[in-house]
Amino acid sequence: MERKMVTIDGNEAAAYVAHKINEVIAIYPITPSSPMGEWSDEYSARGQKNIWGTVPSVTEMQSEGGASGAVHGALQSGALTTTFTASQGLLLMIPNMYKIAGELTSTVFHVSARSVAAQALSIFGDHSDVMAVRQTGFAMLASNSIQEIMDFALISQAATLEARVPFVHFFDGFRSSHEVQKIEQLTIDDMRAMIDDDLVRAHRARALNPDNPFIRGTAQNPDVFFQGRETVNPFYMKTPGIVQKAMDKFAKLTGRQYRLFDYVGHPEAERIIVLMGSGAEAVHETVDYLVERGEKVGVVKVRLYRPFSIKDFVAAFPKTTKAIAVLDRTKEPGSAGEPLYQDAVSAFSELMADDELPFKYPKIIGGRYGLSSKEFTPAMIKGIFDELSKSKPKNHFTIGIIDDVTNTSLEWDSSFITESEDTMRGMFYGLGADGTVGANKNSIKIIGEETDNYAQGYFVYDSKKSGSMTISHLRFGKKPIRSTYLINKANFVACHQFVFLEKFDILENAVEGATFLLNAPYSKDEVWDKLPKRTQEQIINKKLKFYMIDAYEVAKKTGMGARINTIMQTCFFAISGILPRDEAIAKIKGAIQKTYGSKGEKIVQMNFAAVDQTLANLFEIKVPDKITSHVEMKPPVPDNAPDFVKDVTAMLIAGKGDEVPVSKMPADGTWPSATTQWEKRNVGLEVPVWDEAVCIQCNKCVNVCPHAVIRAKVYDPKILDNAPETFKHTKVRGKDFPEGWVYTLQVAVEDCTGCELCVEVCPAKNKQEVGKKAINMEPQIPLRERERENWNFFLEIPDYDRKELKIDTVKGSQFLRPLFEFSGACPGCGETPYVKLASQLFGDRMIVANATGCSSIYGGNLPTTPWAKDENGRGPAWSNSLFEDNAEFGLGFRLTIDKHNQQAKEMLQDMKDLVGAELVEKIINAKQKDEIGISKQRERVEELKKKLEKIDHPNKENLLSVADYLVKKSVWIMGGDGWAYDIGYGGLDHVLASGKNVNILVLDTEVYSNTGGQMSKATPTGAVAKFAAGGKPLPKKDLGMLALSYGNVYVARVAMGASDTQTVKAFIEAEQYDGPSIIIAYSHCIAHGYNMKYGMDQQKRAVDSGHWIMFRYNPDLLKEGKNPLILDSKAPKIPLEEYMYNETRFKMVSKMNPKAAKEFLQHAQEQVELNWRKYENMAQMEFSEKGE
Amino acid sequence: MDLSTTYMGFKLKNPLIPSASPLSANIDKAKELEDAGAAAIVMYSLFEEQINQENEALDTFLSQGSESFAEAMAYFPQPESFANAEAEEYLEQVSKLKEALDIPVIGSLNGVSAGGWMKYAKKIQEAGADGLELNIFFIPTDPDMTATTVEEMYIENLKTVKQHVSIPVSVKMGPFFSSMANMAKQLDDAGANALVLFNRLYQPDIDLEELEVVTALEPSTSYELRLPLRWLAILYGRLQADLAVSRGIHSAQDVLKAIMAGADVTQMTSVLLQKGPAYLKTILQDLINWMEEHEYESIEQMKGSMSYKSIAQPAAYTRANYMKTLQSIR
Repeated sequence: MERKMVTIDGNEAAAYVAHKINEVIAIYPITPSSPMGEWSDEYSARGQKNIWGTVPSVTEMQSEGGASGAVHGALQSGALTTTFTASQGLLLMIPNMYKIAGELTSTVFHVSARSVAAQALSIFGDHSDVMAVRQTGFAMLASNSIQEIMDFALISQAATLEARVPFVHFFDGFRSSHEVQKIEQLTIDDMRAMIDDDLVRAHRARALNPDNPFIRGTAQNPDVFFQGRETVNPFYMKTPGIVQKAMDKFAKLTGRQYRLFDYVGHPEAERIIVLMGSGAEAVHETVDYLVERGEKVGVVKVRLYRPFSIKDFVAAFPKTTKAIAVLDRTKEPGSAGEPLYQDAVSAFSELMADDELPFKYPKIIGGRYGLSSKEFTPAMIKGIFDELSKSKPKNHFTIGIIDDVTNTSLEWDSSFITESEDTMRGMFYGLGADGTVGANKNSIKIIGEETDNYAQGYFVYDSKKSGSMTISHLRFGKKPIRSTYLINKANFVACHQFVFLEKFDILENAVEGATFLLNAPYSKDEVWDKLPKRTQEQIINKKLKFYMIDAYEVAKKTGMGARINTIMQTCFFAISGILPRDEAIAKIKGAIQKTYGSKGEKIVQMNFAAVDQTLANLFEIKVPDKITSHVEMKPPVPDNAPDFVKDVTAMLIAGKGDEVPVSKMPADGTWPSATTQWEKRNVGLEVPVWDEAVCIQCNKCVNVCPHAVIRAKVYDPKILDNAPETFKHTKVRGKDFPEGWVYTLQVAVEDCTGCELCVEVCPAKNKQEVGKKAINMEPQIPLRERERENWNFFLEIPDYDRKELKIDTVKGSQFLRPLFEFSGACPGCGETPYVKLASQLFGDRMIVANATGCSSIYGGNLPTTPWAKDENGRGPAWSNSLFEDNAEFGLGFRLTIDKHNQQAKEMLQDMKDLVGAELVEKIINAKQKDEIGISKQRERVEELKKKLEKIDHPNKENLLSVADYLVKKSVWIMGGDGWAYDIGYGGLDHVLASGKNVNILVLDTEVYSNTGGQMSKATPTGAVAKFAAGGKPLPKKDLGMLALSYGNVYVARVAMGASDTQTVKAFIEAEQYDGPSIIIAYSHCIAHGYNMKYGMDQQKRAVDSGHWIMFRYNPDLLKEGKNPLILDSKAPKIPLEEYMYNETRFKMVSKMNPKAAKEFLQHAQEQVELNWRKYENMAQMEFSEKGE
Repeated sequence: MDLSTTYMGFKLKNPLIPSASPLSANIDKAKELEDAGAAAIVMYSLFEEQINQENEALDTFLSQGSESFAEAMAYFPQPESFANAEAEEYLEQVSKLKEALDIPVIGSLNGVSAGGWMKYAKKIQEAGADGLELNIFFIPTDPDMTATTVEEMYIENLKTVKQHVSIPVSVKMGPFFSSMANMAKQLDDAGANALVLFNRLYQPDIDLEELEVVTALEPSTSYELRLPLRWLAILYGRLQADLAVSRGIHSAQDVLKAIMAGADVTQMTSVLLQKGPAYLKTILQDLINWMEEHEYESIEQMKGSMSYKSIAQPAAYTRANYMKTLQSIR
């Protein structure tokens, strides 16, 4: 039967098969496996059926622990069930995996293998997660390529049904899960042929069933547990044979023959590499290349890793084998070697001991490679083969890094390449927002599916969510592509953003004679002279063919706005000649029709127009023979940066992190804070400019700025003597400041993302021209130099004394220095203004536990960190533990702080006579309710430290080590709704119940933002999210109500855009409350689907419509006989529709299913009214009698 | 008592038609209107511009932030299709109204492009509408745009639609033409089956505290009938096209005035939104009572009876300003 060729990524390949051969799917999103669950949900939402004619049920759970529990339950009750996960998610499934395996239950878990967080989190690929479950009793099957992912998804399912041993089917996160390849799609008939319905029925027959009752999951005792554990042995012994049988059957169907261990290479190879995963493809390519050149090398690809068949493993090697390097993509510190290495050594040793080794015991060395998607290239592979040639090759080596500490690393010659000259290799540099990646995926589909070329695409993303660069690596050619590594020799380079040329050496990877396509905001006659010197040099020296287009101009003219994807795609096809031009245009238009057709004719026509206009505006530039430019590339950080930043951080910023040696890396994951200030990203095309004549000095813009780039200071005008010429100031308003002092609002234009929230929130309008405000957007480039100087001067102006500020007001609080600045959050982020506010109010004594998610990424993703320090060197101490444990993690901080505080006080009492009773009493009884109280306590502690220097007491040093804990510390536990409502709710609830003085900040975006918009229990009725593709039918959980049910918890629900005053009050009250506090903060988000500059307006609508009822519940009020619940919202005054239908997440339902949209709207409106009555009644309750 | 009238080629049982309003979005409300005696119903307007904008927004925001960050390839599920991308809901409502009602259902369309006028007019016809009202309004802000250009645009839109549909087409127009009568004649010549006087447009206001321009549509009052009344009276008897009035109709008295001035039918919304669909019955009854009281036999009898050409002093319709004139001169 004819099979379709499809161009898809690994996740889709796995999901496609898994959805067709399962009945129940229970998942939880985690990078990089989330798309498998999402695909499944989409298939089911579209009504796609499995091979038995029913649509599988897909359920999103609250955690991977929950998902594995649901999977276990569904399996035990007889459904064919699967799940998809990675990393920590897989680790959370371990307890259930033991159970599922122990009960001999057929299932396949599809895992896109990812690093497990250790010294840091990493979302990228390696085998540390799957290696952490190799002991659970699951069989493990490794796929190395996209085709294999599809094939093994089916083979593993066929095998598990027969073997009754559950399987983990895994492949490399990102490298395989996200790599797009042209592959042959399996058919329904293939699946039917492979899956034996008798075995499916047998699986069902083993299920729990009251019509045939039994019990499973007993507690066994010392007498029989051991024997029970050994009962499974025959099943494991049979499994390799069953898998091979399934592989053989599969080969008959498809012609693709796999073996438990596949050997590729010279038939008389002497040097062999053993590995599994995507790296095996690169080794395969390298082996082919070397063998062709006469080298006796080979590779053993491990397919079935568990149960590990020793005999099959050894049998895979040619009898000529002399030296073996076993590669592990994981690290087990302190082990005798990494797992696959140990298995290999055991295999050879056992067979040798039994005298069954078919050849002389070879040299076996083990090595680590590719952790966290570290590149693994033919050059490195050659380095390993070279090492194997040595008489004493290095064991326990590393490859791909420079380990200058324990010298584990092997050297390699990076000029060694194996890529075929016939393969077209293109690199495309784009901006996240410009659609480059999407267009390239589209191009691969066109080439893959419309020509006989093989096609591969891999995409590298930035660590920032704003102004982020993407690099697309595309390969096309007539031969199969096994290059599972980035392109480093490109014959086509496209730079979709002119500004990149100043920051990165874009043409570094271009080969001689390559084609260079540039999008430039210049005419064809101007462009050459505008190029940086380095770019001109490369174009001339490498004899590049140079094309340019002003894509933004074409986009503007054709109504495409800032989206240049279609235009640049057309350019690529027009220049590359991979298809005849007319044919290419027709295919692009076909793809446009397919992609946009559902969104109406207008969108299609707009894109068609863009295609048609492109060719007329694409020019080949005649390259002059000499360099005319004086524009030099910018250094990644300025000269005045600290040494560590210059030595290490700068390398990461410049994209040269791979070159950082081990010795330069902190050993325990500790990194300096306050480093975003050195990374001037210049991503805002337009930035706010202050009009001091219009400004009313309300500081609202300072408050909302998500990136802390707008700051206000009040100061003595004498300071202005040295001010730059263009530095602005005006007389300060208000009686709270000294007479004659001045006010400046300064913008850090190089750190601004241009989100415009500030302009939208500014209440001051120009009286002559109301369209203008006290801050207005203007192009950044002409302002850059001038404002850099102004900003630097502004930073030198001393901060206003925080003790003198009314920090419980918006204006007052916004003179406090933000200790969270220039994060990599999305432009216009709705979360960061809250985080920043907390850092301003409490940053100098704040310790932050941050749940994994957006906030941990913009807060802690390298290269730089936004958590900053004040002029005294104090600032937030920040850490991210995990996703699920954040509340508990933060509680741990509190326990330590309380204990150290208590210990300090105890020691103080002991040393009372030596230190002085008065000071001791004052320290112990200090009220640290406000800034003045805290400042005084700091002074006392300093005095104490000085006194201690002169005192002789055995506990003196101990007291000094904890004395800082005598000053009040502020514990903040932060995270998103995914954490607080779902995965971390159990812990959060426990911490609320603990009575301890912690502050919990829930940044509620009502959806999993970081992993791309999956539904959480905070998602409201009618909102579309992944796993709620038709709109969520059920209401949002009322976390506030749950929290206030304790009675002794401070609870606030805030929305800065509706009332910044209430927000500031709530933060201060929460922190002052001596017990658990929780603030639930409405955070608009890119996942809501509208222009984020209107984020604060939408917050107001959320409150005005009653969707978001603002309140503060302060248990301290009970002591005064007052109702602790203060309703800060007024009764709903606008219809909910006015709020909801401004956002795509709600509005799109009306475009998909208008009837459902109406019903959602009606239900949501009813809920709003009911909720309001509930809160209103509570707020009106009389508490005075109970207050006695 | 014969209340019947003809409009756009339909023989109607009376001259009362609920004009384009949200009432027609609800089948039950539409039924109520029919039960109360409505002779036909004009549906709420389909705005091509809104559809285009919504689709562009959908396209923009469904892809916003996608393919930029490794953990979030997209922030939304990407539906394969949108069942209501191009007014499918509206068209379904046309069909549903047709099915539920016995009275003629007139679709209402506001297009922005030639293609849009044509496409949606055809679709509305295919969905079963008995007639189509073109809701044309355009605020020419460009000082270089001449009146002729604007007028030609109106005519062109009408002609485009007429070429592609076979159902009768009316034009709901504004009063702001240099020569209203000529514009009406041009539309008449271009094939309009009826003219609807006039569409009510949002009028901007200024919020002094917020320094913002606010736009809102206030419910009409009977006073607003004055303007169309003049033009009904002037146009009556001079065109092939039927005449409808669509603003200021709040009572039977308003209906009577409009008919006498020359209207074939009267369209109303504000009063029905304020007092409920059933109020149409009250107006109808009042109309009958007044006619009985004043011994009128039919609507046809009074139609145009006080039009420009039927009254003794037609200058009453053309006088624009108060002038001190001596009665005696006449």
